[in-house]
Amino acid sequence: MITHGHSDHARPGHGAVLATQETLDMMRLRYGENFAGSTQAIRYGEEIRLGDVKVKFHPAGHVLGSAQIAVTCKDICIVASGDYKDAPDPTCTPFELVPCDVFITEATFGLPVFRHGDAADEVKKLLASVALFPERAHLVGAYSLGKAQRVIKLLRQAGYDAPIYLHGAMEKITEYYQSRGIELGELRPVKGVKKAALAGTITLAPPSATSDLWTRRFPDPVTAFASGWMRVRARARQRGVELPLVISDHADWDGLTATIGATGAGGIWVTHGQEDALVHWCRSKGLKAQPLDLVGYGDEEESETPIQSEAEA
Amino acid sequence: MNRFAELLDRLAYEPGRNNKLRLLTGYFREVGDPDRGYALAALTGALSFKHAKPALIRDLIASRTDEVLFGLSYDYVGDLSETVALMWPKAELAAHNNPPPPTLTEVVTTLRTLGKTELPKQLERWLDELDETGRWALLKLVTGALRIGISARLAKTAAAAVGDKDPHEVELIWPGLSPPYLDLFAWLEGRGDKPVNRDPAPFRPVMLAHAIEDSDFAALDPADYIAEWKWDGIRVQAVAGRDERGHITARLYSRTGEDITGSFPDLVPSLRLPGAIDGELLILREGRVQSFNVLQQRLNRKVVSPKLIKEFPIHLRAYDLLGDDENDLRELPFAERREHLERFIGKLGDPRIDLSPTVSFGSWEALTAARADPASAGAGEDADAVEGVMLKRCDAPYLPGRPKGQWWKWKRDPHIIDAVLMYAQRGHGKRSSYYSDYTFGVWTAGEGGDELVPVGKAYFGFTDEELLQIDRFVRRNTTEKFGPVRHVVHEPEQGLVLEVAFEGLQRSPRHKSGVAMRFPRISRLRWDKPPKEADRLETLERMLKAEPAEIDV
Repeated sequence: MITHGHSDHARPGHGAVLATQETLDMMRLRYGENFAGSTQAIRYGEEIRLGDVKVKFHPAGHVLGSAQIAVTCKDICIVASGDYKDAPDPTCTPFELVPCDVFITEATFGLPVFRHGDAADEVKKLLASVALFPERAHLVGAYSLGKAQRVIKLLRQAGYDAPIYLHGAMEKITEYYQSRGIELGELRPVKGVKKAALAGTITLAPPSATSDLWTRRFPDPVTAFASGWMRVRARARQRGVELPLVISDHADWDGLTATIGATGAGGIWVTHGQEDALVHWCRSKGLKAQPLDLVGYGDEEESETPIQSEAEA
Repeated sequence: MNRFAELLDRLAYEPGRNNKLRLLTGYFREVGDPDRGYALAALTGALSFKHAKPALIRDLIASRTDEVLFGLSYDYVGDLSETVALMWPKAELAAHNNPPPPTLTEVVTTLRTLGKTELPKQLERWLDELDETGRWALLKLVTGALRIGISARLAKTAAAAVGDKDPHEVELIWPGLSPPYLDLFAWLEGRGDKPVNRDPAPFRPVMLAHAIEDSDFAALDPADYIAEWKWDGIRVQAVAGRDERGHITARLYSRTGEDITGSFPDLVPSLRLPGAIDGELLILREGRVQSFNVLQQRLNRKVVSPKLIKEFPIHLRAYDLLGDDENDLRELPFAERREHLERFIGKLGDPRIDLSPTVSFGSWEALTAARADPASAGAGEDADAVEGVMLKRCDAPYLPGRPKGQWWKWKRDPHIIDAVLMYAQRGHGKRSSYYSDYTFGVWTAGEGGDELVPVGKAYFGFTDEELLQIDRFVRRNTTEKFGPVRHVVHEPEQGLVLEVAFEGLQRSPRHKSGVAMRFPRISRLRWDKPPKEADRLETLERMLKAEPAEIDV
């Protein structure tokens, strides 16, 4: 059972995969037709029985097709959140709160310094910079699955209707979003566009490309990065980011703690991120909590597919 | 306050000078009085209030948050103000009342009059009212640690751009201005007269020289020029003037107009004649000029102790006289100003201030010889402190900036060594896609035979084309990666030899090699040379022996 299509959650080579149609489609896009022995699609709210166990997928609000998975046996219900956010996102179904006994939560931003604010304000910041530096190109680093499409959609909602340029590595997945009825306006591949023509434009690229040779095709680029990590200055500076945009597809500290409380779960398992602080918080609220150390699963950023071939081109 | 915070936030990430200027000027245009004036004051270091101690900030956050969560957060973020700004939980009450966040003016004026005991409560209120960035800027401001890479000069230049004025004009009137600079902005926006500088000891924008090239000499007549030594110290302007009551005010300015009087109180009593001297700050011991390394130990000190003053006696060597009492001499030709200067220094008769001698020469050949051997051309025992020669047109008035064809500097040839590229790091800003910061080393005997020891780092000196070549070399010859740093192949037969030029050497216990270079830059790429033929550490050590040893204070 796979919660969503990011590569730190969805890997190829399984015997049988149960996931939402979107997640299955994304795995196919990324890993090819034979990414699993067999697949089965499940809709949000649909219930499947496996012996004594009932399985249900609920929207997680993280990216298109992302789900929390509720597993119920007799009177015990366990929910695995996968990655989730309780903030609005025009590119996916909103997060649904699922009451349960044990809640397995992610903790990517599990420190009280992470508070994300309104993503629309961050996009305004980007547009203000484009207006201030019309002769420069704006290069926005964004994870190619989910974040990129959300940023594009937010730009459109803010009234930006010029063509938006895409790095080659995000074309396929963005087209997939469009094919699922998400209107993203006019998008153009950046490859082959003359340097001078890119002045005053916005281009989206995978984060690793924004500090690479690839950036030399842009006129005096302003490097932006849309990520929850941008909340911390040192993190932004390390990456040479000039315009940090705090836009996250994960729940922030307030979102995590509010969700944990609202599920009514008495047992909390914490994984994927800053477990210590969140476990400490749970215990201080009288909840039984433990870190769930998953070996080999890390930052989605580190597991982004390499784009070297594109970069050298 | 939030708008000012937004500006600081953006400036902190922006590497380019011109882009910083655009951001600053944009802010001054958009934001009204008096907020922008206080912002200008904050950026130029002109605000004065007692700074809050970090302990106070810690107490505030401790009263609001869980200790363990704060500890984990601080550990992750690494900066106290930022951690507090990010995790500050707003008081319930504040969330309901929603008072408007304070303006910068409110913050600055309140801080000026606030008693020490009232500060914590006031800070708490503001932290409740501001957003994350606002809190961050507030904490940076009250702890006196803005550090966002903006010089006072840059801030003034940005303000001048509001009225398309030359920054020198702002610099000239600056000493007479005070926050929130209403008169300054009124003038810049064409709503008021130019403020008058009533400062008795104002700064005058300095005149700078062009570096001379070999090809320049053909067009120059030696008879038109006066030559003098270029001393390896700090260029300063020492100004004294009478205030309304007839008392002497003396100030020492850096070449950018920064008031550095506080760092050199020992020079002030010597500035007792009204006038403005352009000169070089040096350390003199028993009449001998000490090297720049020695002078450096008097710079950037928070406290100037009597011991420091005694062991590093400060001295001013005068090049030029810009004002003599009430008379502005800047329009006079240099030759005439020089006569005024000689009389002025004679009248002053102070052992701490002397005249920089001229170098007599009849032909360029003679000057070339003098430059090559200053000791026998008049500099005598001070020859080590001579950085080169200056050529000044006899008829040149004192013009601000770097006017063409008036003053030339002709530095002594730099030291040169061949070193091997060892590590490369990505640059910043425009260069963030290039490996443009290089660590280089020279050979020394190690346990298992000869090995390279790093002796310096350089990130300029090469042309754009050379940068591309080195970048390509680095990418193709990386043996290991540590974060942003690449370990580049450096074997006796394999690697890249860089010709490195530098101005001087200093002993440095902090470096493994024991030496540190002054002003190193890449002067040539030696693709032709195998690394094993690069220089050895012994060569540098021999150069060191010529330099005086470092003195502990």
